[in-house]
Amino acid sequence: MNDKPKKALPPSPGPSPAPSPAPGEYGIETLAIHAGASPEPVTGARNTPIYQTTSYVFEDVEHAADLFNLQTFGFIYSRLTNPTVAVLEERMAALEGGRAAVCAASGHAAQFLAFFTLLEPGDEFISSINLYGGSITQFGHSFKRLGWTCHFVDPTDPENFQKALTPKCKAIFIEVLANPGGIVLDVEPIVAIAREAGIPLIVDNTMATPYLFRPIEWGADLVIHSTTKFLSGHGTSMGGALIESGKFDWARDGRFPTMTEPDPAYHGLTFYETFGDFGFTMKARTVALRDFGPAMSPANAFYTITGIESLPVRMERHVANAGIVAEFLDAHPFVDWVSYAGLKNSPYHDLAKKYLPRGAGSVFTFGLKSGYEAGIRLVEAVNLFSHLANVGDTRSLILHPASTTHRQLTDEQRQAAGAGPDVIRLSVGLETADDLLADLDQALG
Amino acid sequence: MMLWIVIACGVFALLYGIYTSRVVLSASPGNERMQEIAAAIQEGAAAYLNRQYTTIAMVGASPDWVRPSNFAMKYLQRKGYRVIPVNPGHAGKDILGEITYARLRDIPDKFDIVDVFRTSDAAGVIADEAIEVAADKGAQVLWMQLGVRDDAAAARAEAAGLTVVMNRCPKIEYGRLFGELGWCGVNTGIISSKRRKPRP
Repeated sequence: MNDKPKKALPPSPGPSPAPSPAPGEYGIETLAIHAGASPEPVTGARNTPIYQTTSYVFEDVEHAADLFNLQTFGFIYSRLTNPTVAVLEERMAALEGGRAAVCAASGHAAQFLAFFTLLEPGDEFISSINLYGGSITQFGHSFKRLGWTCHFVDPTDPENFQKALTPKCKAIFIEVLANPGGIVLDVEPIVAIAREAGIPLIVDNTMATPYLFRPIEWGADLVIHSTTKFLSGHGTSMGGALIESGKFDWARDGRFPTMTEPDPAYHGLTFYETFGDFGFTMKARTVALRDFGPAMSPANAFYTITGIESLPVRMERHVANAGIVAEFLDAHPFVDWVSYAGLKNSPYHDLAKKYLPRGAGSVFTFGLKSGYEAGIRLVEAVNLFSHLANVGDTRSLILHPASTTHRQLTDEQRQAAGAGPDVIRLSVGLETADDLLADLDQALG
Repeated sequence: MMLWIVIACGVFALLYGIYTSRVVLSASPGNERMQEIAAAIQEGAAAYLNRQYTTIAMVGASPDWVRPSNFAMKYLQRKGYRVIPVNPGHAGKDILGEITYARLRDIPDKFDIVDVFRTSDAAGVIADEAIEVAADKGAQVLWMQLGVRDDAAAARAEAAGLTVVMNRCPKIEYGRLFGELGWCGVNTGIISSKRRKPRP
């Protein structure tokens, strides 16, 4: 640093970046607070500002051209990138141990970005049937209109994925900790099937969050989140994220031309060649997000970033409270069954211990001995639990899936998805556990 | 400008440190001796902070503006590097304001880094040419692009005193280390409570 400047210098660059530990060396609590965020360079503002702006001034015409051509990094328009949203994106990538992430207006939008980047009309994919009901509808109905066919399978036998494979299948999609059934999938054999088939495994990790489960560490290639749930954590903000592991070889056998062939939507750019291990994210952002427009708002990104800072401590309490409530219900004379993988009597308890050692989440289902009518009465009689269609709030939530989130499905699909007519879903929040038990007890009575 | 160049030199030094320590650490289980070696490499990386690497000879630079090499060349130019294109198919032609040369030895000026923007198969020959002209041209670093790896060529270059980086893009690494890469959602792996002022 002894060189004498020959002309006026730009503002001091500050200290050069210190050598950081290799990715993975920081703990998840540290990443939840720091990843992607550093003090705002001009003012020193420590917390991430909300960049509530649609667009960004170019330095000159050449800079503008470079930006539009993706030849340099920078901001053009908040439909594509925004500095607040970018902090959340990098944080999501760090928390999941991925290479890159792109956020979207909702989990559904993130899912759309993933599949639009993967599939051509006529392509197919395989999905677990044990999914959030909205995903089943998106895959089974709306995607069909785009020429994409989803084959649903019972995921509790991994061989079912193998049997459903066709030459046109381009992905396998699962929720490892499934919504709403308290089901945990055996990931390893499913990863092996996807590897053998040369197709990416996509995991919706919304219910577990990266605090409880990190799909990429087990071999997943893409991870989807509804950040609306535990990540934002307070029921404030819609959002979604798509995270790429950076490890999938898109060029292996020419089956992913959207990644390996020159893209006419981007003046002949070849995304995998140009951006390498974050090429999928770049394509999802600069083509799917650009052309369909489901961008996350900077304000929602801000609330989600703030929520994530306390994710590890919140998840610990969510899991602890869920365990207390599940055991209470399991012992309650009016309760027929409880499906929570954290309970020792759950058929998924061993899988939960293997894949979710920190806990099996805080969303589970149960059924009442007197069936459907009693379930309806319970949902209406609670005073502390909120009757609404969300999960992962600080507040405890209660829902009758058959009449709400899974309403668009057939009876068969509802049963298969663990959302039969007698099923009640809880999302256990952060209130005093005894108060939750007292509320359920009075409502059950 | 000079200050920025110095900082940029640090980037390469750091990368070298990280790269080399990974190679060393993966070569055998991390025992005490290995940790000593890793510490020495960190010191060596710090020493590189005072070096000046400002000129890059880019082998395989393309005049086609949609090619990745053209992207990287233009980006690095705007960050203050001089990038000299080397490409026998375009010798004598202008690429982004620089004359293109057929071979490294044809470049009349000195250069610090040889950036191999070719396939792994072609990297060995270029590495040998870089070793051959290194003393004459002042080249210090052999840098093989993202996806390019030739361990034997790397070993020869290191034996000849060159610093070797493989399977990395200088544009992406520059963006990663100075925060720009995070703007498009990439996990830079950098955690810092320091205020990073904007660059020119």
